[in-house]
Amino acid sequence: MERVPILKIGSVLLVSIQVDMQDQMALQLQEDLGQRIVDTGCKGVIIDITGLDIVDSFVGRTLSTIASISKVLDAETIVVGMRPAVAITLVELGLSLNGIRTALNVERGLELLARNAEPDTIDDLYLLGNPETTSP
Amino acid sequence: MTGSEGLDHQVQAIGNDEDVVRVRQLVRTVAVAAKLSLVDQTKVVTAASELARNTLVYGGGGEAAVSTVDNGVRRGVRVVFSDSGPGIADIDLALTDGYTSGGGLGLGLSGARRLVDEFELDTAVGAGTTVAVVKWAR
Repeated sequence: MERVPILKIGSVLLVSIQVDMQDQMALQLQEDLGQRIVDTGCKGVIIDITGLDIVDSFVGRTLSTIASISKVLDAETIVVGMRPAVAITLVELGLSLNGIRTALNVERGLELLARNAEPDTIDDLYLLGNPETTSP
Repeated sequence: MTGSEGLDHQVQAIGNDEDVVRVRQLVRTVAVAAKLSLVDQTKVVTAASELARNTLVYGGGGEAAVSTVDNGVRRGVRVVFSDSGPGIADIDLALTDGYTSGGGLGLGLSGARRLVDEFELDTAVGAGTTVAVVKWAR
């Protein structure tokens, strides 16, 4: 079976899905990506779905699961490049991509990750010190 | 169901993951030929993907018959999914958002119905399931 390639660019893992994935391929990506996050210590994952002409409930759920796995492994996932027709269809299908952050394209996704890197660390330290004072 | 059918009637067996991909590709080709808009193509291909997976996972495999339909005014694509699996005991429940008898999200059947213009479900316990959908060009 074909595998979706995972590229490491600096501290970010970039996944560009270019083929009509079989279900098994999506599950393989989920496993491969978890392993790559652990191996590289990357804090950010960008999944480019420009090449996908549909996202059905299976792929949608896989993207959500990938985001959850990444989060547990201390990495943030951003899905980029969704086509407008895909977005319209997803909403009508009733799929809410839980826990997934999106950006229009890879460049915006990288900006988002860079912007989040610093404040997140400060927030984390703050939360550790003062669990009771988190709400404004 | 109105209109003439079947100049280009094509059947795709559904027995594994790869066949689900083939159903998507076949439906896309026919939807393009029927001049559906990009959004409508995307909707019917997504619906077909959900239903093909249901045929595989819940029906134990089956087939999808894809054809062009014409009601004199508009053209469309019709896809009929059939399996000889266990059938569906409670149709209303099966069509409820979020209900699943398997490990899915419970959006396949209900979501697919929202994405198409016509949706017919024919099932009986022990007698398999047939789902016919039509998406018309606007």
